[in-house]
Amino acid sequence: MSAGKDLKYTAEHEWLSIEGNVATIGITDYAAEKLGDVVFVDLPKVGAKVESGRVVGEIESTKSVGELFAPVSGTVVEANAEVIQAPELVNDDPFGTGWMIKVEVENASVFASEDLMDESAYKALVGE
Amino acid sequence: MKAGDSLTGFAGRHIGTGPEAQSQMLQLLGYDSTDSLMAAAIPASIQLGEVTSKLPEAATETEALAELRELASKNRVLRSMIGLGYYDTFTPAVIKRNVLENPSWYTAYTPYQPEISQGRLEALINFQTMIAELTGLDTANASMLDESTAVVEGMLLARRASSVESNTFLVDQDSLPQTKALLEHRAAALGIQLHYTAYDQSPPPGDIDVFGAFIQYPGSSGRVWDPTEVIDAVKAQGGLVVVAADLLALTILKPPGEMGADIAVGTSQRFGVPMGFGGPHAGYLAVRTGLERQMPGRLVGVSKDADNQNAYRLTLQAREQHIRREKATSNICTAQVLLAVMAGMFAVYHGPVGIKVIAERVARSTRALAHAASEGGHTVQHGNYFDTLSLETVRSADDLVSRARDAGYLFFKVDDNHVQFSVDETTSNTDLQNLARVLGDESSESIEASQLDLETWLPGSLLRNSEFLTHQVFNSHHSESSMMRYLKSLADKDYALDRGMIPLGSCTMKLNAATEMEAVTWPEFGGVHPFAPAHDVAGYLELIAELQDWLAEVTGYDAVSLQPNAGSQGELAGLLAIRTYHLSRGDDHRDVCLIPSSAHGTNAASAVLAGMKVVVVACDELGNVDLADLREKIAEHASNLAALMITYPSTHGVYEQEIRAITDAVHEAGGQVYIDGANLNALLEFSRFGQFGGDVSHLNLHKTFCIPHGGGGPGVGPVAAKSHLAPFLPSHPLAQILPGSSDSEQGRPAHRNIVSAAPFGSPNILPITWAYIRMMGGDGLKRATASAVLAANYIAKQLEPHFPVLYTGKNGLVAHECILDLRPLTERTGVTVDDVAKRLIDYGFHAPTMSFPVPGTLMVEPTESEDLVELDRFIDAMVSIKSEAEKVADGTWSATDNPLVNAPHTTAILVEEQWSHPYSREVAVFPSKHSRSHKYWPPVRRIDQAWGDRNLFCACPPPESFA
Repeated sequence: MSAGKDLKYTAEHEWLSIEGNVATIGITDYAAEKLGDVVFVDLPKVGAKVESGRVVGEIESTKSVGELFAPVSGTVVEANAEVIQAPELVNDDPFGTGWMIKVEVENASVFASEDLMDESAYKALVGE
Repeated sequence: MKAGDSLTGFAGRHIGTGPEAQSQMLQLLGYDSTDSLMAAAIPASIQLGEVTSKLPEAATETEALAELRELASKNRVLRSMIGLGYYDTFTPAVIKRNVLENPSWYTAYTPYQPEISQGRLEALINFQTMIAELTGLDTANASMLDESTAVVEGMLLARRASSVESNTFLVDQDSLPQTKALLEHRAAALGIQLHYTAYDQSPPPGDIDVFGAFIQYPGSSGRVWDPTEVIDAVKAQGGLVVVAADLLALTILKPPGEMGADIAVGTSQRFGVPMGFGGPHAGYLAVRTGLERQMPGRLVGVSKDADNQNAYRLTLQAREQHIRREKATSNICTAQVLLAVMAGMFAVYHGPVGIKVIAERVARSTRALAHAASEGGHTVQHGNYFDTLSLETVRSADDLVSRARDAGYLFFKVDDNHVQFSVDETTSNTDLQNLARVLGDESSESIEASQLDLETWLPGSLLRNSEFLTHQVFNSHHSESSMMRYLKSLADKDYALDRGMIPLGSCTMKLNAATEMEAVTWPEFGGVHPFAPAHDVAGYLELIAELQDWLAEVTGYDAVSLQPNAGSQGELAGLLAIRTYHLSRGDDHRDVCLIPSSAHGTNAASAVLAGMKVVVVACDELGNVDLADLREKIAEHASNLAALMITYPSTHGVYEQEIRAITDAVHEAGGQVYIDGANLNALLEFSRFGQFGGDVSHLNLHKTFCIPHGGGGPGVGPVAAKSHLAPFLPSHPLAQILPGSSDSEQGRPAHRNIVSAAPFGSPNILPITWAYIRMMGGDGLKRATASAVLAANYIAKQLEPHFPVLYTGKNGLVAHECILDLRPLTERTGVTVDDVAKRLIDYGFHAPTMSFPVPGTLMVEPTESEDLVELDRFIDAMVSIKSEAEKVADGTWSATDNPLVNAPHTTAILVEEQWSHPYSREVAVFPSKHSRSHKYWPPVRRIDQAWGDRNLFCACPPPESFA
């Protein structure tokens, strides 16, 4: 799986795949490559309330630490147990099995926020 | 300089480039003298000009040693039984000669290049395994700075890991006095409340919430008791339990891990490391599974190399301050590697049986002395003890202490009626006879270690049943031949200064001269206790006072404290001094610390631990502090500005022109200026921090002043300050008064801003720096500075056509180091900074600093100690590697199979029957003439960093895994 046209992106190099009120969130291939070999992922617990823009997790590589920001406010409904067991999934398949969390928002209209970019805007951001 | 000086004086030996070589180098750079080079490089506004140095004229090596002998003779080595965390020990001579006095071990750097550091990494894995097994916990780190700071780190770890909201930490009333002092100061800076309790009389109160608790085991007074219930109670509340445990006692007593403790800390000093008037020694810290990522300090783990063989490396580095900055688990950068290696080897040499024999003898001797004390009319305070007895004296404490002293023994006076003393490995039967007489036991003709069952005076439930040190490494090398060869085999795997230059930028790997090292192992310096009476350590105190004066002189400050035992601790001490200075003036709100984005991550981590808030100041595209952004940040935080921390010359290796404008702007806003002295070696005797706006600095004696790096410690990080901050520099509750000091016994604050367990940090290695300054004199130090700057500029100039030099200052010059930008090469050829670093190993070199302070670059610091031949060899190797990279770019070699990505090459790969690579075996291992005649063979191929982090294993791997 790779970046799709239907994904939303943030300036923090995260992607959102939206279905109804739930967004699946991960980091982009660009972020994964910048981080290097990911060795540890720390994610919020299911049921945790998260606030847009706040740090909710950590993605650690052999040489640096990336933070996972909540791109929207809501409730964590799922955290990817597989990526915690096998952090290399973040490098191998950032848009697929390397996803991080699923967040349910109260109102899907937040997904229309200006802070969330479409693919072309994100590609422009990373200079592709 | 007079002709011939370079061969007769010490400076000429210390400085690698002689007059002829230097004029050749200067010619290349277009200068006629080092003076004109320095005048062109350093901003005119901070140049020192002609001053008369207060340093004594340079002494010869013979003269300096004679003076050190004289100082040593003023120390009186009595038999210390003071205890309190420091015990006399026999350093096995095989370890002293082959480790402590062996440059293969003491001149190595921190094992950042693991492929060429397998020997000391194995030694550290031995240490970690020893600590984990003795404490009964799962993972131990590669050592801490000392026991008391390890307790503080344990407290901070507990706070990070505990889910309890409380800010209160329970502390054992029966803790070491220096530990209490450190806990109090460090807790106060962070708003942590300490609640002291005598656990046996009043178990943890259920009505106060705590995030953790600290237990000293056995107690400072020697009392042995079972803390299991206390541990259970604290854990039931959600708190974490930190236990400081005596390693020797743990061979007999149930370890903290088996009693449910989360964290164990302590010191390994009594495993063969001399007391040295307080240090250096290796502290330790171990945790239960689940807390590894919260640990401070270095951690060695097992990974795999490219041939799938076991290989060691530093693991979980992302916890550390150089990556995580203000969010790091600690500000500590380094460990006490050389001392940890010694302690680990003590366990290898004695093995589990040998160590237990020592421990039992100590316990039985203590039992015999308890009996003698009772016979003498004293009251033994505790029924259960291991090595320490607390007595209520029959007459007075002074009377017993002076009787002991008359017989050649030092006891510790607790108060007017109480004395305590500790037995150690060196306590002989003759000592027992003498001590029985001191205690007034007239009943028996002779006394010897008790033959009674241990359960007579130790609770049966507390005796250890579990095995320890079961790995074969602790059960193989018990003969001296085997031990000597094991140490040799490990040293052979490593690259230290005895093989070639280590051009690590920001690390200053200069010569550690043999004469400087001489006094370290003299018994007059090694055999004294940190709390010995002042008149017994007069030589030490004189040396310390003199060294403090010299360091104040060369930095332009008024006062110096030698207490911090690492650069990070010097930073913390300096920032605490600033914080308490502001508090003393009622400026409680001044807590903002400005730090440039280019700063070493430790700066930010230290500021947080001093209770400050970090605000980052931007740098411009030339790598200098962005003055506009600085003024903006100052304006924004004007009323709360506490300090600016700035490194000079900068971490980019450049003399920033605007330094005066920067320090002035901070002072105008009421802030203090902290100048990080990590790069003082580029300034010494050409400029002084105190004269261009510095209020306080730390120095790294292990960089600028020749203390060897020891493979990753010891360090010494003195803090130096202007007079207005002098009252806030570190003190210690048990410090001796220095000659000429303004402190008096009565007027002295008990302990202000203490940062180390011992009053003067690590005095045993101070003779190294003393000897260096004594033998260089002001003129020699000045020549060293200029020679270091000359060497760096020479390398920059020679390599510029091949690798762009990222940052330069005035006249296109760098300071003492230069950053080679490899990013254009990487972009063009795919060859990375890692590939170049590992390929340098094949050429026989240690890589420069990788990706610090700028990712994708190499920072080269040649120091003044390398001669021109070695500098040219390095330059040739870099140029040759560049041309190899071009062959990858032009397709001669594939991007996935070339001598760079496959580097380093081992003997194992050389003897493979099928050689399938597109380059020859000769290109692989003998890429230069020098590498053919002086071959260093790396013991492993490139190590998989990610595998080790994902599969954490931090103890000796089972033998079968080496198949």
